[in-house]
This record gives sequence, structure tokens and C-alpha cells, in this order.
Amino acid sequence: MRVRSREFKQRAPGKLADANLQAALRKLQGNFVRGRAERVAELDNFEAIRDAAAAIRERALADLDVYLETFERNAMAAGAQVHWAESTEEASRIVCELAARYGVKKAVKSKSMVSEECALNDALAAAGVEVVETDLGEYILQLAHEPPSHIVAPVVHKTRDEVSDLFADRHKAPRKTDISALTREAREVLRPHFLTADMGISGANFIVAETGSTLIVTNEGNGRMVTTLPRVHVAITGIEKVVPTLEDVATLMRLLPRHGTGQTITNYISITTGPRRTGDLEGPEHFHVVLVDAGRTKLLGGDMQAMLRCIRCGACMNHCPVYQSVGGHAYGWVYPGPMGSVLTPTYVGLENARDLPHASTLCNQCGVVCPVKIPLPDLLRKLREQSFERKLPPWPERAALRLWAAVACRPAVYGAVTTLAARVLAWLGGRGKVIHNLPFAGGWTRGRDLPAPQGKTFRELYRQRKAR
Amino acid sequence: MIAAIQPTRVTGCAGLKVGLFVTCLVDLMRPSIGFAALELLEGAGCEVVVPELQTCCGQPAYNSGDRRSALALARKMIGEFDGCDYIVAPSGSCAGMIRTHYPDLFRDAPDERVRAQRLCERTYELTDFLANVLKIEQVPGRYAGTVTYHDSCSGLRELGVKAQPRALLAKMPGVELREMEEAENCCGFGGTFSVKFGDVSAHLAERKCANVAAAGADALVLGDLGCMLNIEGRLRRRGDTTTRVLHVAEVLAGKINAD
Repeated sequence: MRVRSREFKQRAPGKLADANLQAALRKLQGNFVRGRAERVAELDNFEAIRDAAAAIRERALADLDVYLETFERNAMAAGAQVHWAESTEEASRIVCELAARYGVKKAVKSKSMVSEECALNDALAAAGVEVVETDLGEYILQLAHEPPSHIVAPVVHKTRDEVSDLFADRHKAPRKTDISALTREAREVLRPHFLTADMGISGANFIVAETGSTLIVTNEGNGRMVTTLPRVHVAITGIEKVVPTLEDVATLMRLLPRHGTGQTITNYISITTGPRRTGDLEGPEHFHVVLVDAGRTKLLGGDMQAMLRCIRCGACMNHCPVYQSVGGHAYGWVYPGPMGSVLTPTYVGLENARDLPHASTLCNQCGVVCPVKIPLPDLLRKLREQSFERKLPPWPERAALRLWAAVACRPAVYGAVTTLAARVLAWLGGRGKVIHNLPFAGGWTRGRDLPAPQGKTFRELYRQRKAR
Repeated sequence: MIAAIQPTRVTGCAGLKVGLFVTCLVDLMRPSIGFAALELLEGAGCEVVVPELQTCCGQPAYNSGDRRSALALARKMIGEFDGCDYIVAPSGSCAGMIRTHYPDLFRDAPDERVRAQRLCERTYELTDFLANVLKIEQVPGRYAGTVTYHDSCSGLRELGVKAQPRALLAKMPGVELREMEEAENCCGFGGTFSVKFGDVSAHLAERKCANVAAAGADALVLGDLGCMLNIEGRLRRRGDTTTRVLHVAEVLAGKINAD
């Protein structure tokens, strides 16, 4: 997927002015924010579960190689084939080769953000394979030719009205506005695809080392059809998704649905262990797992390792004031919100996403709600440090910081500067005591006034008081 | 609305040497907050020292990735406040910087880290200090009117400042608290974020202002000057000239100027 993260600052104002988007984003407050709070309140040992969940993820990362090899061994013992992809391109190539090997004409997909990373749909289309997204949100986006704007609710940026228009146009059917009618229409279009597809492509929320299983967490049932109906199943996921045991999954599942969608449990949890065995009523004949690195191992053992704990619940973006304001597309790549502002620069290069670590007020809502306790604001700050060290921010910005710090380290100079500034700003404020327009601070005064200072600094007044 | 200065000596905390960290924003923009904090601490019986060479805790540099500048300012801070029993700031953001981030700032300097740790353990946000350390029973200010309280991010999520200001305001018979929706949501200030991403910042400030307006209080009270400038700036821009925006120290000390 093309990286447009450098354009965050330029794209943000358009997103703020988009009335449809703003209406759609208000939905976040419902199931995502309130729902999470309610589901978490039901747990009397929430913090203990959260600690346990973070520990499980850290344990997996501490011995990632061991758990991955254990997974591979057990998956192969169950009849699956495991492929290792160092890059997103390699991952796409592997899936395309599998498609060629099995003579695949059509592939149905359930939701997978890793496949977005790999731009897998484009690669398959180029190889002559018809790809049909079957998650309702992803299906809508495929019709609209748009990327997802959220990792759990990919189409959260669209209103129901927009979907009604889109379906009427693409399905050549009478326009419907009722959500269940719209869903039924999509289901009728998708059903034949499930039955005629040669390959089913899914992601994996977790892969389980002790059993060699892949696991997906879904609500719509499409995931189950994707993983069982076509004769070939390919699960594509990041190497960091491994957890040691099924019991660990049970612990993580106490948090994932609660944080993702405000549900106690999702409608489906599908665990796939190998292909169909003799006597099985359903399941694919061939089962392949593609494990993608694509920058993940670079994070191991470094400042950013905690980011690999992420279980992709989306709570950080749901609670992020910036995400709530501009939506996911402004972030310009696969992963939006706070987790995306950490992942995008680390996966595609800080120089290609230099705004993102700064596109946060560091309010720490994300850190507080993260079910696996990723210190997201600290990670964003570390990226800001790397950015500063690499001189990525524009030079006037860096010079201003250094100048300000040099002044603040010299109290006499500082006192003179602030005394003058207080007077000038107070004068600019005039009788109304508000500044409407301030040169060099247009970013501030474009959208709000600046209350003028009182005129004298604390330091001056304190000296005067002591002299009395 | 009545505002009168009636310094009352409250409980006996005589002998506690408290360093007042005025903060750079208060120094420049609204010194009355600094004096209100000073009077509250003195009124409670503390010996208050105000190191006159103090400037800034280094947070703007720290949050912008300029670790070297942040370290230089943190060292200066530590030197200036070393002899105090406690360090108190009328800001959750600056107190949070010292308390939660100084240890990280000195992670590669073990010798200095000990001193930094000592400073951060003794650093408090003003209302937290008044309510939880001094445990004051009365507050000197008088105020009559409805207020709504905005929880600033660092105060709330780094220092757990939530009940403290409310408990102190509750000691003022004339104050009626009307909680607003989303009181714990960020106002969009975020330091340099407010200028770098001015449009997003102002958008968030607008959302905060809408919640303030819906609460229908005479005054918005809060504990951080950054949020104050941001929310008040947006209130005035959207044409609200009547809702007062007050720092909790000013209200508690009864130092509300007729400005």
C-alpha cells in the first residue's frame, strides 16, 4: 500500500471539514468508548487480567524464535505448510505462487490488516486472480476502492447513507436504507463467491505455538466460510502474533473483544489446526500459513519492542482525540491512530512518516486503555527523539527549540526576554485582553484567540513584593 | 459572584519547606496564579521558597524529542529545588513532567538519577498537595457561583488528580459544581501540538467548549494554564465573552481579579 503518511498535516484540515466523516466518527463514542468502559467495569479483576495479558505477550516476544519454531513444528505435524516472508513483497509472492500452484481463479478474503500491508489484493489481481473481500466493511471498501480507516471497523468513516448510495450504484438494485436490508443484499452478492472460490485468505489474531493453530476473532461468520469452504486456505499474519498456549489465548480473549467492540465475546472464534482430516465434514484440502516479518524483528530488543505486544483491538484509536477528529485515512498507511503512529514510522521509515509521532497531544488516553499496557505516548516520544537526532523536523523548528532552551538555561536573559514578551503581548491584547492574530503563531490564532498575559511576569512582581 | 481575599491560616504545617515551582507559563502569562498558589501554601502554614532563577522544567524540549535541552533544564531544576522538603507546582503538566519523566530523562546517568528520583518523589501538583499531603480542612477563598471542572491530561493520567480539586472546591460553600460531559477528554492543547497541528487542536478545543457550554456553569475551573489558554482562547473566538476561565488556585485563594 502506498505510504501517504508524510501528508498528514496537509490532509488533516480537509478531514476536519468533511461533514460526512465527522458524523461517522461520532459513532466511535458508542460501542467503542462507552461499550469498552462498561465491559471492563464488569470485570472485578480487570487490572490483574491486563497484567497477565501484557506478560503473555512479553513472554512470547522474549523467546519469539522458540515459539515460532514450535508453532511451525506443530502446524506441520497437523498437515499445514508454513512459509516465512521477510518482506511484504515476499509474502505477496508466496500467496501468488500458491494461487498458481493450485490453479486458483477466485479467492475470498476475510479481514486481514497484514494483507493490506502487503498490498496482497493488487498482487493477486495482477496475477489474474479475482479477489473478493467478504467482511462487510471490507466489501464496502472494495466497492468504493478505498483503504480501511480503522483496524477493527474498516468502514467507520462512512455513514449509512453513503453505503446506501454505493450499494444502489454498484449492485444496480433499488436503494435501501435499512441496515439489515443492506446487509442482506451484501450477503446475497457474496454467497455465490464463497461457493465458487478456490482459495480462502484469512489473517490471524493469534497463532498458537503449542497446537500449531491459527485463530481468528470475528462477528459476521464470513471468516468461518473463508477458512472452511474453499479447497485452499491461506492464513497470512505477522510473526509477532504467536502466543505460547491456548490458555494464553483464553486470557487475551477476555480483553480483546471488550476493548475492540465493547463485546464480552465475539460471535465467532475460529481456530484452524491443519487442513481437513479424513472423516472431517468440512475444511480445506490444503492449509498454508504465511508468517510475515516486514520490519517486526527490527523492533525486538530495542526501545520499541513493547509495540509488538499489540493485539490489534483498536482501543487506542477509538479513544484518541486526534483519531476521533481526523479519522484513519489522514494517517496515510495501513495502521492509524496511536498504534499506527508508532508502527508506520518503524515499518516504513521515520522519514516517510515524520509527522505521525508528533500528531498526538500525548494525552495518554491510549496508554490508559491499552489492554496489553503498551506505553504508547512514551514510544511516540522516543520516535520524536529519533526524529530530532536525525534532524528530520524542519530546521526553524529545531533552531527555535534550541534557542528557547538556551535562553531558559540563562535566567538573566530569560527574565529580560519574558519581561519584554509579557509587555508586548499584553499591549497586543489591548483593552479586550485577547490577541486575535499573532505573527509566527498562525497555527494557534487561526482557530482561536490567545488570552493576553497580565503584563508583568511573576518574577518581576515577586521581586517587587519582596522589596516592600 | 463575590470574590474576596481572606487569607486564613488553616492547619499546622509549620516548618515544612515547600519550593514553589511557578512554571514558565504562569510566570509569563498569568502571575496571579503563582501568587494564589503562594498564598494557599503560606496560609496552610508552609515556609514557601520561590527560587528566583527558576525558568522551565524542560517539558517542551522533552516532548519535542530534544533530550539534550530537556536534560540541561532538568539539571537546573534539580539544583534549584534540592533543599526543599516538597516541590509544588500549580500545574499537573509540569509536576507530571518532573514526577513521571525525570527518571527516564536520567536513565543513562545513574549518579544524577538518584537526585532526580529524590526530587520527583517530593514533587506535587498543587491541589494534590493541599488535599493529600497538607490535608487542609478549610480554604481561604470565597466564591459564589456554578463551576465546571476540566481534568487536564497529565494531572489526571500521570498524577491521579481528579478528586482533589473537587474536594477542595467542595469546602467552599458558594461553589456549585456542574460536571460537564467528557471532562476527562483532552482539550487539544498538547504543547507545541497546538501550533504544529493548529487546526486539529482548535477542533478539539471547540469540542471542549461545546461541553463547557452545555454544562451551563458560570465558570470553567481547571488546574493547568496550557489548557486554560487553549479553552479560553477558543471560547472567546466562538463569541463566548461571559464564561469565566479560572485556575483552581485563584478560586481556592479567592484571588479572582475583576479582569
